[in-house]
Amino acid sequence: MTELTLGKALGAGLRRAMRDDDRVVLLGEDIGKLGGVFRITDGLLDEFGAGRVIDTPLAESGIVGTAVGLAFRGYRPVVEIQFDGFVYPAFDQIVAQVAKLHYRTQGRVKMPITIRIPWAGGIGAAEHHSESPEAYFVHTAGLRVVAVANPEDAYRSLRQAIASDDPVIFFEPKRLYHHRGEVDLDAPLADAVPMGLAQVVRGGTDVTLVTYGAMVSTALQAASAAEDEGVSIEVVDLRSLSPVDYDTLAASVRKTGRVVVAHEASREAGVAAEVIASITEFCFEYLESAPLRVTGHDVPYPPAKLEKYHLPDLDRLLDAVDRVLDRGARTGVDA
Amino acid sequence: MSPQITPIADTEQDLELAERLLAPDGTRVRHPQLDPFVADVDHDVLRGLLRDMVVLRRIDAEGVALQRQGQLGLWAPCQGQEATQIGTARALEDRDYVFPSYRETGVIYARGAQPGDYVRMWRGEEGSAYDPAELRVAPLQIIIGAQTLHAVGYALGIRHEGADEVAVTYFGDGATSQGDVNEAMIFAASYRAPVVFVCQNNHWAISEPVAVQSQYPIAGRAPGFGIPSLRVDGNDVLACLAAMRWALDHARSGRGPAYIEAVTYRMGPHTTADDPTRYRPEGELDAWRRRDPISRLEAHLRAAGELSEEYVAQTQETADAVAKEMRAQCLGMVTRPPLAVFDGVYAEPHTGLDRQREEYAEYLAGFEEATA
Repeated sequence: MTELTLGKALGAGLRRAMRDDDRVVLLGEDIGKLGGVFRITDGLLDEFGAGRVIDTPLAESGIVGTAVGLAFRGYRPVVEIQFDGFVYPAFDQIVAQVAKLHYRTQGRVKMPITIRIPWAGGIGAAEHHSESPEAYFVHTAGLRVVAVANPEDAYRSLRQAIASDDPVIFFEPKRLYHHRGEVDLDAPLADAVPMGLAQVVRGGTDVTLVTYGAMVSTALQAASAAEDEGVSIEVVDLRSLSPVDYDTLAASVRKTGRVVVAHEASREAGVAAEVIASITEFCFEYLESAPLRVTGHDVPYPPAKLEKYHLPDLDRLLDAVDRVLDRGARTGVDA
Repeated sequence: MSPQITPIADTEQDLELAERLLAPDGTRVRHPQLDPFVADVDHDVLRGLLRDMVVLRRIDAEGVALQRQGQLGLWAPCQGQEATQIGTARALEDRDYVFPSYRETGVIYARGAQPGDYVRMWRGEEGSAYDPAELRVAPLQIIIGAQTLHAVGYALGIRHEGADEVAVTYFGDGATSQGDVNEAMIFAASYRAPVVFVCQNNHWAISEPVAVQSQYPIAGRAPGFGIPSLRVDGNDVLACLAAMRWALDHARSGRGPAYIEAVTYRMGPHTTADDPTRYRPEGELDAWRRRDPISRLEAHLRAAGELSEEYVAQTQETADAVAKEMRAQCLGMVTRPPLAVFDGVYAEPHTGLDRQREEYAEYLAGFEEATA
């Protein structure tokens, strides 16, 4: 085992994928000499050369559209979108081309493209640098959507995403880039938890707390805090937002009877809404109380000094846990 | 640097600014730059090009007829653009790869499409009309200009491998306003990608004249991106062939991208859902009929005594036979069964979609039980 930051684990995953398969090529802004603005691709230009680590013009649609052409040619492009809020110029190429070409051609043209997106808030950044656009992509048929929450998962999931014959939108919680964790760099990929499965990261019996990305850490803190008050929270890291692993979720909810789903992204038609709708269909007779969402507000991402009022924190998670346990009065639209 | 801009004045002058080898009356015009690229073109080759254009026009007419008869949801006619499509596509090598727009019936014809391939997508049976790997043509692209980036990415792969191939992309004058097309030109120039851009300036983007897209001859934009360009008479099949050979030579020899603007005219509607009488100036269509690409080449061959009535009749027979087969294949198409709607979304199993498929299968099975 090696201790790595999440950022270094991603870099190690890219290096490993590029060594394993010379069809893997990287495209993005500043990913060459600079190593990316987060240094995720640091050192890869030196090892693999400018033919495989491509510093692109500053045009996100161009980057993704070019990746589509490389995929036509049999490559497995890995695209870095510099920040979450910069993905929108590439939205058409992602939704209309990357997501649909396999279907359009009934599998004759494959799109094994991984689109890495440094993602979400909590780092005091400027506007457009803290967004959580995952619901757009979850809503788009033909894409897989992955969000990682720790270095070990980052290392394995990125390699799985690159190895997948499907396009994967790969969300990297930038506020965890410097978080450290143990990574087994030599474990066979075949032994890893498959892409698409959720993981129970802390067992519990009273409430199921579902989240993904950086908020998994917050959820684990909430579970520790609740334990002191005698409440047992089971924390599920979704890992995959498309597909969602409802087998794991339903097993947990059938055990606890109560569920809270949390994310940084805003609420309306968000991932939590879909997860709760599906859980309600699958587990209705097991539910002891109405499932609750804890999310960012339906506001544009606020200025940095205000983001702490937007992002769900430990207290908001615990408040929702109290309410789902009927221990607090704040339920319903009038609360 | 001159501060002057040469605006697009009118359609008449527009075409006079283009390079040509055959005048509208069929007279051969000498052109020191382009002549060497067609030095090998004899009357046999010219007759072949004529046959291609006649067959293409017949395919196009059959497409319109099939749509009018309710057999196709839509058809995007290419009448008037035969010389551009045939001339450029006949310059390609089999190993080259094409990224077309949706109006490129002539290009897929030249790449060896089967009669059913022209209609499979427009009938709504399949998303892609043909197997891209077989024709080495990407699926017809409906999003305006998106395919130009795909061609550049493909060309990056060619360059990385040092392969002796070229990626070619077709798009219209309307597409030149799209960000993707401009980004494609930037990427192509930056990496000296072996890609050829073919802009078919057919003067209309649905109802908007080309002047709405550009106040400067479109080919004139390319040098600003560092890409050499030619503005060619798109109704002169010989000039299109020559220009495309120049562009392919340029790209194939490692000198990077090349750009052709073929000035032509969409004689029909944008699609069968369009009504050009609402926006096309009176007399414009008649003016372009006098520049018809097919009659131009016919006139040239007749003047040289190289076009027999027998050949003309044979060509028409060939064209009718292709159209007949196209119609037969169209009417014979069998729509895939209901659950096929789920096929091919992903390359690998997706639990969420698999569940939906099962649910729908159960729902459908309920009807079968009810009628059993």
